[in-house]
Amino acid sequence: MAIATETSPASLTNDEILRYSRHLIMPEVGMEGQQKLKAAKVLCIGTGGLGSPLALYLAAAGVGTLGLVDFDVVDYTNLQRQIIHSTADVGRKKLDSAAEKLSAINPFVEIKKFDTRLSSENALEIFADFDIIADGTDNFPTRYLVNDACVLTGKPNVYGSIFRFEGQASVFATEEGPCYRCLYPEPPPPGLVPSCAEGGVLGILPGLVGVMQATEVVKLILGIGDPLIGRLLLIDALGMKFRELKLRKNPECPACGAHPTITKLIDYNEFCGIRGEEEKPLTAGIPEIQVEELKRRLDAGDDLFVLDVREPHEYQICNIGGHLIPLNDLPKRVSELDSSREIVAHCKMGGRSAKAVAFLQQAGFKKIHNLSGGILAWADRIDRTMPKY
Amino acid sequence: MAKIHIPTPLRQYAGKQPVVDVSGKTVGEALSDLVARHSELRRHLYTEDGKLRSFVNVYLNDEDVRYMEKEATPITENDNISIVPSIAGGRSPIIMRSHSRMSPSGACCCC
Repeated sequence: MAIATETSPASLTNDEILRYSRHLIMPEVGMEGQQKLKAAKVLCIGTGGLGSPLALYLAAAGVGTLGLVDFDVVDYTNLQRQIIHSTADVGRKKLDSAAEKLSAINPFVEIKKFDTRLSSENALEIFADFDIIADGTDNFPTRYLVNDACVLTGKPNVYGSIFRFEGQASVFATEEGPCYRCLYPEPPPPGLVPSCAEGGVLGILPGLVGVMQATEVVKLILGIGDPLIGRLLLIDALGMKFRELKLRKNPECPACGAHPTITKLIDYNEFCGIRGEEEKPLTAGIPEIQVEELKRRLDAGDDLFVLDVREPHEYQICNIGGHLIPLNDLPKRVSELDSSREIVAHCKMGGRSAKAVAFLQQAGFKKIHNLSGGILAWADRIDRTMPKY
Repeated sequence: MAKIHIPTPLRQYAGKQPVVDVSGKTVGEALSDLVARHSELRRHLYTEDGKLRSFVNVYLNDEDVRYMEKEATPITENDNISIVPSIAGGRSPIIMRSHSRMSPSGACCCC
């Protein structure tokens, strides 16, 4: 099924015809198909791991208008997978970095930049000018926001998501097909599904899934092939296996069902049980020690027991010689700790170790502190030669 | 024995196995067998009152069991049951409530 575009197919210049010759000589695309691509308007939400390959290939393919939504700045740790950004772009706005690369690949593409966080206040307005939405975001609230906005505006949602070595891809929110809420009516409680920052991600994985999304976008525009409507593709990069599950439109879906209850966009952070990013995790009641104080006391020869609650592979990257008991193992290895000694617990940034301290306090340990800022703070302020990760 | 495919986020609670052989005549029995063999999986799959968590989908071969007989759906030896949780990748959320016990994933939200 082809997605109808509101403007008539755009004509191609001689340069464009030459550029797209490898498309044009295929009967499945041809002049007519390429003109459909040129007339199409696709919104890419996120120019990160998934958004990078997605936008790059859509620009190369000649999608006439590409909208980019991203408020973020390129970070050094992004470069392992966000291939639209280069080392020289670190510190720049992702939007600018991405737009520049896309225009360089294909100056015929009109790039529309939206330097904003997608929200309930702006989503419907932003979506209005586009035919297809490609969701390359990295969090649950936005997934639900994009889905609901797609259903409300009648635009298909080309979905891709990743975790470590696995991915999912589908096309949601078409008229006859299911939407994201048909599959997942409710989000998981925060903390139950680890993020890339916690769990890591194989750099190539968003490349694989992002190009699948680009493929689905092109198929929808051209009206060829079998799009992933009503199909959830499960990608296992380690096994290089692809499985497919059937997705059904839920007749009782609150968004796209026969009697929808979602008629406007809601507060998605609240829906997902998440407060805004300004809030820090509560650490009330957790005694803390600063890295300077720890350094001073270790140098003075104080009898401190340093407990490292990270994972073994993190210990290999850098450590301060602490006794390693990963957080998950703490309950069964608590006998390795001597509650008569003063213990300082640390992790990478201070979150996991705060939980360890809370746990040990409940277990009766009284002489225990959390190293504020974790080993990253140590690398920042005490030992500049220590690698950061 | 039927097989249950364990998604990556949950493999750490299933002895790191991607697939577990289980016995049972229905999907429900197969899942019970799974959590009997790997008890840490229970709280990820079930709420405290024993219901399957809503963000966890269960498929028998390629069909969502919600559209069959749910946990009463009969299974045979060659069947493949898949657990499909929602994943989003990327950004870690800041939690609204502090957890007095450790987060089940073992990883904190700020690291």
